[in-house]
Amino acid sequence: MRKEMLGSMEQHRLTKKKEVFSEWFIEKLLLMAGISSTLIIALIFLFLFKEAVQFFKTAGSFDLIGKWVYDDWEERNVFKMMWQSISEVPKYSLIPLFCGSFLVAFPATIIASVLGIGCAIYLSELAPPKVREMLKPTIELLAGIPSVVIGFIMLAFLATFIQDVFHTKFRLNAFVGACGVALAVLPIMITIAEDAMRAVPKELRDASYALGATKWQTIWGTVVPAAVSGISAAVILGFGRALGETMIVLMATGNAALVTGNIFSSVRTMTANIAAELGSVAQGTEHYYALFLVGAVLFTFTFTLNFISEIILNKMRQKLRM
Amino acid sequence: MEIKILNSGKTLRVNQDQDLSSNTTKILVRDLEMFYGPVRALHGIDMEIKEKAVTALIGPSGCGKSTFLRTLNRMNDTIPGARIHGTVLIDDVNIYSPEVNVAVLRRMVGMVFQKQNPFPKSIFDNIAYGPRLHGVIDKAVLEHIVEESLKKAALWNEVKDRLQTGALELSGGQQQRLCIARVLAVNPEIILMDEPASALDPLSTAKIEELIYELRKNYTIVIVTHNMQQAARVSDFTAYFYMGSLVEFGLTKDVFTNPLKKETEDYITGRFG
Amino acid sequence: MKNALSLKFHGLTKRSFRWDEVLSDFLVRFFALIPIAALAFIMMKIIAKGSGAITWEFLTQAPSQGMMHGGIFPCIFGTLAITLLMILMALPLGVAAAIYLTEYAGKGLLFRVIRAAVNNLAGVPSIVFGLFGVGFFILFVGRNLDAVLKTGMLFGQPCMLWAAATLAVLVLPVIIVATEEALNTVPQSQRAASLALGATKWQTIWNIVLPQARGGILTGAILSISRGAGETAPILFTGCAYFLPRLPVVNLFGFIPMINPFDQFMELSYHIFIMATQSLDAVKTLPIQYGTTLVLISLTFLLNLTAILFRVHFRKKMGTVTV
Repeated sequence: MRKEMLGSMEQHRLTKKKEVFSEWFIEKLLLMAGISSTLIIALIFLFLFKEAVQFFKTAGSFDLIGKWVYDDWEERNVFKMMWQSISEVPKYSLIPLFCGSFLVAFPATIIASVLGIGCAIYLSELAPPKVREMLKPTIELLAGIPSVVIGFIMLAFLATFIQDVFHTKFRLNAFVGACGVALAVLPIMITIAEDAMRAVPKELRDASYALGATKWQTIWGTVVPAAVSGISAAVILGFGRALGETMIVLMATGNAALVTGNIFSSVRTMTANIAAELGSVAQGTEHYYALFLVGAVLFTFTFTLNFISEIILNKMRQKLRM
Repeated sequence: MEIKILNSGKTLRVNQDQDLSSNTTKILVRDLEMFYGPVRALHGIDMEIKEKAVTALIGPSGCGKSTFLRTLNRMNDTIPGARIHGTVLIDDVNIYSPEVNVAVLRRMVGMVFQKQNPFPKSIFDNIAYGPRLHGVIDKAVLEHIVEESLKKAALWNEVKDRLQTGALELSGGQQQRLCIARVLAVNPEIILMDEPASALDPLSTAKIEELIYELRKNYTIVIVTHNMQQAARVSDFTAYFYMGSLVEFGLTKDVFTNPLKKETEDYITGRFG
Repeated sequence: MKNALSLKFHGLTKRSFRWDEVLSDFLVRFFALIPIAALAFIMMKIIAKGSGAITWEFLTQAPSQGMMHGGIFPCIFGTLAITLLMILMALPLGVAAAIYLTEYAGKGLLFRVIRAAVNNLAGVPSIVFGLFGVGFFILFVGRNLDAVLKTGMLFGQPCMLWAAATLAVLVLPVIIVATEEALNTVPQSQRAASLALGATKWQTIWNIVLPQARGGILTGAILSISRGAGETAPILFTGCAYFLPRLPVVNLFGFIPMINPFDQFMELSYHIFIMATQSLDAVKTLPIQYGTTLVLISLTFLLNLTAILFRVHFRKKMGTVTV
């Protein structure tokens, strides 16, 4: 018996080497695939910033705020915060782009937060299973609508409607864009906020009911506070997505790079700025680097926001596991 | 043979109708220690498991009997942070030495799990899975292996007309016997069973026990069980584990009637009293 | 008497009507209707205005007369071709990455780093992917390939290959997350059974785990095809063309027609964008815009619906029915 076993082991020594090697090889191959996403993130950082820093070869960092330019009308030097890439004196101020991005992303996040959290409360606390089973796929289908389609609907239809209601000066403005962006980020906010609320243990709700609380006292007093980290992660993530949304704002905000705080004004976001200008720019010019700089700034914003929400969600998951 | 359980009026049929002292040692465990990260799960186990006999591992939950069982075919390798000290010799080969091919080892040391776990494939494919892995592709050979294995597992008559139906359509007890047949198909020498009947109804349990009794003629069987009667019924040797240590090990009739240690006695009488 | 009264007033009297609760109830129900209403509105609007434009000619012919007339066949072809190329690149990589994460990586630091990277990749703005496509794929990889292989300007220019690669990077997280979920639904006992029969880890994954996860992986693939077909920003500068007088097809060995990955292409979502914003007469081409949108949204909607139904079916089979 012993001989037989040793024999079979002997016999398998060769196969073992082959097998062990192929297993090792496959694992290394999978490892490479596994770290590919990490690598891609690193490459995005590298290639955005590699091009972006070259902007400073020909321009100063103060140019990103504004430039003193001689004004023919006023016949003196005026400080101009403008993005004007095609001009005798090109101006690359990020201020109007920031105005545009935040003037769209803030209202969009607020609209989507109110709707999204409300919807999440309904789904997690009130909806009968049948309704939930119908509503969840609907939300997914909404998430699946291409942003260019939402942009198109905004441009072709809702812009006119909103102008008629609010009597705005510009047909395409930040508010129109914000409505579209809110629709685009709504599904993911609902999903994350609902997950957070459903993760609240049933015992907590029972404890609240046992103390005589009503349904809504339980929701506001127990469920929402317990899920607050997940809900805030949803809001932060939604804000990040809103900042990064491109096609809707490109089509629906009018794309005038103005320094303004008026939500009904036409604006140009960082994303739309890149989308509108990169196609017509020669590689290696100051303008080209300026656009990569905008991309790098945008990526830094969204990366930070994603990272924060990721940390919050991780903390929440860890707490729930304990 | 019937024996009386000490300190209790109950009697038990014990499987003791042949002399086992002449059997050779199949598995020799020396000073085996096992760690899960910083936690020591097994403390210096020494044991000799005889060939063509049934050895039962008993003890309260979390006593290390399942962990011990899994060291015998290195299933613990799959758990991150698990470390092992000491030796396990099967036919004088240390299974933890670096040149041992774990896949070949597991083929020689089959395992049946607590909850029946057939693959969501046909009955035929379930049993042919192992042989195919090890290079058998000839249809006729496979058919032969499948038939033989099912016969040995006492399942052939129940399924011979529907080998191509899904294994999940079988009853729980049939599924567990299918899992045993699946192990037999790779022609092991040792079969490890981790509470193989704990998820089954009494009738299916009886069938499994009968099967174990039959299989011991050709295989070395190590079985973990919670059920004291089952240990007494099916096993030739019994090992009592407590808190990761082997407290007592000997012939089943001795362990049950005349335990050497107080702890063993307490456990057995506690379970029966 | 006093006790009974206070009990009555403070506890047992059923407060029949609480304004705040009724209002809250109404509000969340109303909010929950908004996604449905939005989806229904968009679909109905597009179907109502677009279905008139859908004719056989519209689906099978190229645009003509300065894109004011004709059909959108090159866009349909381009969308199908680029998503095909994309999924060919993204699926093997994403599935392999998910296998590594669930079966090999453990739960340590490496796992957490990869996890964070996947989640973060899902949140990168689509226009940043566009910049990345230009900066990395075309200018770095493409130009260097050309320099090494002496192929002139074959790789170092916007073309379908790089557009598909950019989209593949974008949908990678979708595939990874879906595959991971699918692999995690395969019970550990199945892996144990296979390992105990003497299968190696990879044999177990290949023969037992992957077949049982097939449904979930397919769902992920369908979802990512839908996502890729609808994305515009990443392909704006990586290979999309405003108008192309030919299909991006090459004859392999002179007679086997094959998608030409080195050509530029027209694409549905980009077509909608340019027709709506840069057309010579945006009002006159409105039917074309709605028609194109209807085609695109039918494509993505059907893909998503298939994926959802598929998943429901798949989860029912695995025993968990929650959507």
